[in-house]
Amino acid sequence: MKNGYLFAAYAVTWIIHVGYISTIVVRYARLKREIKELKKN
Amino acid sequence: MKALFPILGILTAMLLSYALYQGLVVAPTEQTMGEVQRIFYYHVPSAWTAFILFFVNFAASIVYLVKRRPAADVVALVSAEVGVVFCTVVLITGPIWARPVWGIWWTWDMRLTSTLVLWLIYVSYLFLRRFSSGGQTPTLAAALAVLGALCVPFVYFSIWFFRTQHPQPVMGGGGSIDPRMMHALLINWLAFSCFAFLVCWSRYRLEMLQRDVDQAHALESLMGARRGAR
Repeated sequence: MKNGYLFAAYAVTWIIHVGYISTIVVRYARLKREIKELKKN
Repeated sequence: MKALFPILGILTAMLLSYALYQGLVVAPTEQTMGEVQRIFYYHVPSAWTAFILFFVNFAASIVYLVKRRPAADVVALVSAEVGVVFCTVVLITGPIWARPVWGIWWTWDMRLTSTLVLWLIYVSYLFLRRFSSGGQTPTLAAALAVLGALCVPFVYFSIWFFRTQHPQPVMGGGGSIDPRMMHALLINWLAFSCFAFLVCWSRYRLEMLQRDVDQAHALESLMGARRGAR
């Protein structure tokens, strides 16, 4: 059971980091689209 | 510089894997707590990395207040954001460790409470930056960051000054640690520091790009208004 806590702590750490990196990737993709639109205009 | 990023990314991924191996396999099992003590190899390096990022935020805020350099403002924003992410890891992994060891998830102990207050200060800083649109926002945020940074040494030294349930510090706490445990701890800290640097770098590039796009939108609106006036 104690190993479950260890696994949970390590998993939560990476879920938080991957979640944050995903927000950066999404924001970056949105900006790329905006730049494309701006260049069209 | 762009070519350097994937190389550093691969090196950091390798370092993180090696650090994970050190923490889970090489470091000996602690006698009292057992396997759950290995949470320490993620919890402590995350806390140290958050403290470093908050210090960077403090230094960049001072530079912005003195020299008004926009780049310093971006560094301050980025370091606070990534620092909050690492501090969140600390606040979540701590209770996961505390439950099997102390029998409780949380106690209003000085170290735990001051870490939560520190996190709330930097979350307020990010809210201020996100929801305030005035030209004074970077200056107000920098002032808040300078005051917030005063909380960092208080959090670190709280376990020396107050009676607390939190374990004593690994360095300077007077206790001893197995060299393999110390090695695993330092490797994990190095790996998380490199990882934090890369995340900050990506976030910095994103923020600079965002500012360029905002400027282009403003210019476009201005030109549209001029055309309308003619």
